[in-house]
Amino acid sequence: MFDYDKWQEIWATIRKNKLRTVLTMFGVFWGLFLMLLLLGSGEGLRNGVTKDFGAWATSSGFVWGRRTTMPYQGLRPGRPIRFDMNDVTALENEVDGLHHLAPRLQLGGFGGSNNVVYREKTAAFSIYGDTDAFHKLLLVNFDKGRGLNPLDVAERRKVAVIGSEVQRVLFQGVDPIGEYIRINGVFFKVVGVFSSKRSGRNASRDVQMIHVPLTTAQQAFNRINQVGWFGFIAKPGVSAMTVENDMMALLRQRKRVHPDDISALGHENLEEEFNKMLGLFNGIRWFVWFVGLGTLAAGVIGVSNIMLIVVRERTREIGIRRAIGATPFSIVSLIMQEAVVITAFAGYIGLLLGIGVVELLNLAIGDGAAMFLRPSVDLPTAIASFLILVIGGCCAGLIPAQRAASIKPIEAIQS
Amino acid sequence: MIHINQIRKSYQMGSLSLEVLKGIDLNIEEGELVSIMGPSGSGKSTLLNILGILDQYQEGEYHLAGTLMKSLSERKAAYYRNHYLGFVFQSFHLLEFKNALENVALPLYYQKVSRRKRNRKARELLERVGLGDRAEHMPNELSGGQKQRVAIARALISDPKVILADEPTGALDSQTSDQVMDLFKEVNASGKTVVIVTHEAEVAEKTSRTIHLRDGVVQNDTHNAGVAS
Ligand SMILES: Nc1ncnc2c1ncn2[C@@H]1O[C@H](COP(=O)(O)OP(=O)(O)O)[C@@H](O)[C@H]1O
Ligand SMILES: [Mg+2]
Repeated sequence: MFDYDKWQEIWATIRKNKLRTVLTMFGVFWGLFLMLLLLGSGEGLRNGVTKDFGAWATSSGFVWGRRTTMPYQGLRPGRPIRFDMNDVTALENEVDGLHHLAPRLQLGGFGGSNNVVYREKTAAFSIYGDTDAFHKLLLVNFDKGRGLNPLDVAERRKVAVIGSEVQRVLFQGVDPIGEYIRINGVFFKVVGVFSSKRSGRNASRDVQMIHVPLTTAQQAFNRINQVGWFGFIAKPGVSAMTVENDMMALLRQRKRVHPDDISALGHENLEEEFNKMLGLFNGIRWFVWFVGLGTLAAGVIGVSNIMLIVVRERTREIGIRRAIGATPFSIVSLIMQEAVVITAFAGYIGLLLGIGVVELLNLAIGDGAAMFLRPSVDLPTAIASFLILVIGGCCAGLIPAQRAASIKPIEAIQS
Repeated sequence: MIHINQIRKSYQMGSLSLEVLKGIDLNIEEGELVSIMGPSGSGKSTLLNILGILDQYQEGEYHLAGTLMKSLSERKAAYYRNHYLGFVFQSFHLLEFKNALENVALPLYYQKVSRRKRNRKARELLERVGLGDRAEHMPNELSGGQKQRVAIARALISDPKVILADEPTGALDSQTSDQVMDLFKEVNASGKTVVIVTHEAEVAEKTSRTIHLRDGVVQNDTHNAGVAS
């Protein structure tokens, strides 16, 4: 089908109309280039945002107490809901879908008064009483030492696991492992340093945290038996939603909250959030394809227009060819192939440059930008858009080719 | 070779119908060298285009080499043009972006002859019309007479039975006209039927038979003494 002579014909017309061909090709090139760039950026955004989700255990969430808003069993509304260790035991025993329960307690906070001291340095950080389960809920990288373990909790050890920012501020080059820090006047031995798996503001918040065993915190800071709120992980195959609902039902019952008092308990689960995000990104992806195909179509229509002009200009030539024995089909294939060659060639350059720029973007950005990570176009997508383009090129050639085939040799030659 | 029986052709111009050929009878045998003369607008080109299956006629019959040429499909028409006929036009109608050799070889491309073979044959024919040294020249590097000789070589390459020429010398000076006519005579001598449309008496004199058209009919048909066919 693509013989030497056809190539020569195509090359000859392209050479004869350099500027026009180049402009047409640019239209096609630009279409594919933009499409790949859009797809790549969409992927980057998706990776960037879902990366933060990657740090969380799948199907996990939180439940916390607020104030009641409805009277119930003789109790007045406005009563704060507080949790304790009995609730932990009850939840662990009675909620079937629960895989891990992470009871938490916060002491003081970031932005508050200075509460942490190492030698002559003092600073303010968020202090959390946690169990080892929390490390399963929010995954971090342990740069040094270890995380909290069950023994720390059982024996009420005075140990602390600190974020990398805490290390940077307090220790400045000193290896923190084995050192003692004073939190609200109580000494804790540093056993681990972690960095965040998340990005941007989430990450900087993560690394300003200090985790100490929940039991130690309760005792040392005079919060005996208290639990602030619960993190949880659902069993594999169980939806976080279900576990969350079961936990809240039990807690309402235990705290004597009206079953319809929805705002007495706060809750959040990542499953819901995650699904929302996925929906958003699927939407973005569809949008990108929609816009991208639009630009591609514009390029292809450009090719079609140019080919129509080409056919008009080549009327005499086509007439001569017909007079010396060219069949209508050979004329059709000549025009079609020219259209396909122009689109395919321009598209190929768009493909190479598009992927190239996306890769460069990837290199330039690295892990630096929040919400944007590893922009990329996968090969099947790239090939699919290229094929769509080539098929578009065929369609672009169809109308001009038909027009060319319908040229009567006699009329072409007389003019 | 060419048998025409009561051919009529009219052009429809809006509601007006202009009858150009008003019942033409004509027989041209194999190996003849014929000229068609007549005043401008008498229908010479129209007739030649019908002979060349470039145009259609409304009434009558046209047999080319024993086959009726009527209401042919475009594909069939292309086939007969390619295998039976060779055209030479007043304005040469060479493809500007192809060199002489490629122009001559083009009809064989449509016969799916291999590139090497058709280039060899094209070179032979360019030698024969005296342009062996101009094979790689582009048409705009050739004079009118040279262009017409390239066109004749192109008409000959598919080894057709009939060569049709519409005012082949119309754009040439008298000296080059003579050369081109000599070439046509040579072609005719090699056994091909040649039909030349012209309004120049000097051209018609070089053919062995002259058909005069006037107002769409054959006015007379004379054999020229002294010109062998
Ligand atoms: N495509 C056409 N449409 C309408 N009239 C035409 C067309 N081609 C030729 N004619 C008319 O037909 C007549 C014969 O034309 P033509 O065969 O070219 O004459 P000649 O070649 O003898 O000068 C002329 O009057 C011309 O105007
Ligand atoms: Mg004429």
